[in-house]
Order: sequence, then C-alpha cells, then structure tokens
Amino acid sequence: MDILFGLCGKGFVILAGDTTVAHSIVKMKNDEDKIKTLGPHLAMAYSGEPGDTIQFAEYIERNLRLDQIRNVHERRPEASASWIRSSLASSLRSRRPYSVNILVGGFDISSAAIVEGQEELGGTPKLYWLDYLGTKVEVPFGAHGYGSYFALSLLDRYHDPNASVEEAMGTLKRCIDEVSKRLVVSPSKYKAKIIDKDGVRDIEIPV
Amino acid sequence: MNSLVSKFSTNNIPKQDVEDNEEYSDSMWASSAGYATNGLPTFRLPSLQQPTDFLRLHTDDHADPSCRIKIKHGTTTLAFRFKGGVIVAVDSRATAGSYIASGTVEKVIRINKFLLGTMAGGAADCQYWETYLGIMCRLHELRNRERISVAAASKYLSNLVYSYKGMGLSMGTMICGWDKTGPAIFYVDSDGTRLKGDLFSVGSGSTFAYGVLDQGYHWDLSDEDAQELGRRSIYAAGHRDAFSGNTINLFHIKQDGWDFIGNYDVSKMHYDGPGNIPGAPGTGYGYEVRTNPEACVVAD
Repeated sequence: MDILFGLCGKGFVILAGDTTVAHSIVKMKNDEDKIKTLGPHLAMAYSGEPGDTIQFAEYIERNLRLDQIRNVHERRPEASASWIRSSLASSLRSRRPYSVNILVGGFDISSAAIVEGQEELGGTPKLYWLDYLGTKVEVPFGAHGYGSYFALSLLDRYHDPNASVEEAMGTLKRCIDEVSKRLVVSPSKYKAKIIDKDGVRDIEIPV
Repeated sequence: MNSLVSKFSTNNIPKQDVEDNEEYSDSMWASSAGYATNGLPTFRLPSLQQPTDFLRLHTDDHADPSCRIKIKHGTTTLAFRFKGGVIVAVDSRATAGSYIASGTVEKVIRINKFLLGTMAGGAADCQYWETYLGIMCRLHELRNRERISVAAASKYLSNLVYSYKGMGLSMGTMICGWDKTGPAIFYVDSDGTRLKGDLFSVGSGSTFAYGVLDQGYHWDLSDEDAQELGRRSIYAAGHRDAFSGNTINLFHIKQDGWDFIGNYDVSKMHYDGPGNIPGAPGTGYGYEVRTNPEACVVAD
C-alpha cells in the first residue's frame, strides 16, 4: 500500500513517501518516516513487507556508516545503490528473502560528477529505482506502489530535469494530488526529503 | 585431552541435523542465549520444508474444527500516552473459535515495575516471549547498572520475533513504560513491525475501541478522565465485538512505576457503570441511556 515518489531536478533530488502504517483496515500510525538518511548526500525511501523494510533499511544504514568510517570518504551514489542492489539480490536466493522496494536518491559531489559550465551546482543528482528482485535502474524520476500507476504517466508528461526546487515540488504535488483524486484508499499525509550539494534535509510539501 | 577441548570449544559445535537437536540445554533459551560460550543457538524446526505449513495444518480451526491446536484469538487491548503517564486497558476474554475458553485472562503482562506488555494473538507466544523479555531487561539492569529504556526493550522483542518471522508466531503487543524520556509506548508485532506512538489499540475489537478512544483522546487529559477513557473504550469493544468482553483490566503507568487501577465487569459497566469513581458518569455506560434517555446526561 505504501507510495513512494522520487524525482531529479537541476542540482537536486527529491524523495517522498506517504506516512501511513496500516494493518488490515486500520491505520496504526500516520506520521511514520519511510525515508532514511544514509550519508551526507544519500537517502533512501523504502516500502514493502512490514518488518523486512525496517530491518533491511537499518542493515543498509549501518553498513554504509561502517563503510564511511573505514574509508573516510563517502561512497558515491552509484556505488551505494549497487551495493544495496547486490544485498537485495543475494537475499533473494536465501531461505527468507527481504521483500523491500527502494528508491535511492543521492547527490554525487565527486569532481568527476561536476558538469562543465554548471560548477555552481556542485555535482550531479542521482536517482535509482530498485525492487525486491534485485532490479536496479537509474531514472530521472521513479515511483513504487499503487502511486506508480498514476504518477509515472504524469511524470512522463510533466517532469523537467532542469526544474528548480519550486517547480519540482509543484510536480511532486501534482503526483500526490492525482493519487488522492483517483486511488480508492489514498494516504492523507506525505513526507519529503531533498538531497543536494548541501546535504539531506526535510522539505515541506506545498499545500 | 584435545578431543575434550575441541568438544567444548566454541568453534567446534558438532554439526547435527535439526531433528536430533533434542539435547539443547535450557540455558540456550534463557539468560545465556546469544552470550553463552557454546555458540549461537539455532532454531528447532519441524522437519518440513515450510514450518508455517505445519502450523497451518495443525491450527486451522476454520478448515478443520477438530484440529489439535487451537490458537486463542480475539481480544481488545489499548494503551495511550498522555500528560499523566500511560493508560493500559485490556479485556479478559479468551476464545477458541466461537467458544469462550476463559473470561479471566490476564492480558497485561507485568515485565517489571516500570514496564507492561499487552497480549493479543497467540496467548502462549505473548506470555512466553514477554516473560523472556523480562529476564533480558533484568540482565540489562545488572550489566549496565541502569534500567532499560522502553525503546530498547521493545526493540529487543521486535528483533527476537523478527528472527522467527514466517514460522508462525502470532503476537500483537504494546510495550509500555516510563523511562528517562518519560512515558513511552511501542507497538510490536510478530511480522516485525515496531512503531512508536501515542495511542494504539490491538485485536479484533480494536476498531470499536478506536472509535471511542480517538474521539475522547487529547494530551491534557486528567488522570481520572484518562482512566475513564480507557475503561469506556474497552467496554465499547466488549459490547460490540463478540470475541472481546467479560472484564476490563486497567493500569496506569506513572513516573514511579505502574499501578493496577482495577478490574471491571463489562456487564456491570453496561447496566450500572463503574460506580462512584471520579471521571465516571455515575450511571451505566449503555443500558439506561438507551432505555430511559431522559433520565441520563450523556457525558461529553
């Protein structure tokens, strides 16, 4: 039931997820944060089997932290996403695989990622779509859950890779409103995080 | 000598099939689990591909009413946090199918003086693992010279049940208590979910309890009003849900530990109310107001 969105703009990535935790017909909680900060310029939104989601997310969080302590430098988004993918892939063939779908958003600040003529952006935004089967694909925008049925076509039409933060938040708002309008049981609240050269932080979704 | 050493050293546990793991010492399941020198404990499983299938085969009373194991389901439990601490209220009915197996079940498990756990789902699972949690909390106290936080205790339980995920554990519990951070409630269930929150209700009657609880709840409730809200909510569930009822057990957790407030008969609540208690309406919760509404003032 969880809904996740992610989209890249000019010099930033936005991740958003609904905040409801439901058990059968009951909403147990409506302020759960389904986005985990994994590093100075890396965050991940997760959904899937209850229990698995948190256990897997914390496993990833701690291992990426260990990696950063060992290597001093933060791991680049591509490498982090690849490691998360391989964790999911090896789990898939285990006795009890993790059923977790993920959007990884990162901002690559390495010198190789700084585009000529756009030095002021400080790097390149990155977004990866991962599913529980171990699929990984880099995308300009992505969605998981029932939201994807409505949002992907919308984003095909309205997403702009050169959008400003305000424009991108407007597009995200379009996705949320479309889901609220058309999905039978739609969540009421969402939380969003933005990742850019300054790091990861919460961002208000416009009303 | 070498054979003796290797027999008892950590890295040389004789490899055995799961079936003949009968002689696991009791210590594996108690305080030394995970810390003992004789290696990590392993799971004892039914000799089948899918342990869940085994459980379903022996517990599905819908398909087979004569099945050997009937898991007791059907409950209403609730807990909420407010300025005066935590209120924990539960019913006391145990059902096996349509049969009321007991009307005097203790669904609040007293983990220690500052921690309470509630019981929904499999009675045995909750009772066993929350008692076990009590042992681990005590050991934490002895090791760290400090009481365990509610967050840590609940995470201990959630990690534990997560390690058994898919093997048929059935529990929905709220770990409630008072620690350094003040009053706290965590919802923990057998699929590994662990949620921090202000207000939870679990069990087949939870929707009915939520109906009353959500409407009457706010943070600044007085102690009396909070206790009354807990009582009234469980009564509501006991009245509407066939699998909940008999009596209400009410607890209040404050800074210096939990207090047992009382045991209340649901039928008596219906006709007479809880009696002359501060916060109570003074009449029955349900009967008088439906039969002679003029004589009653409905509480707001």
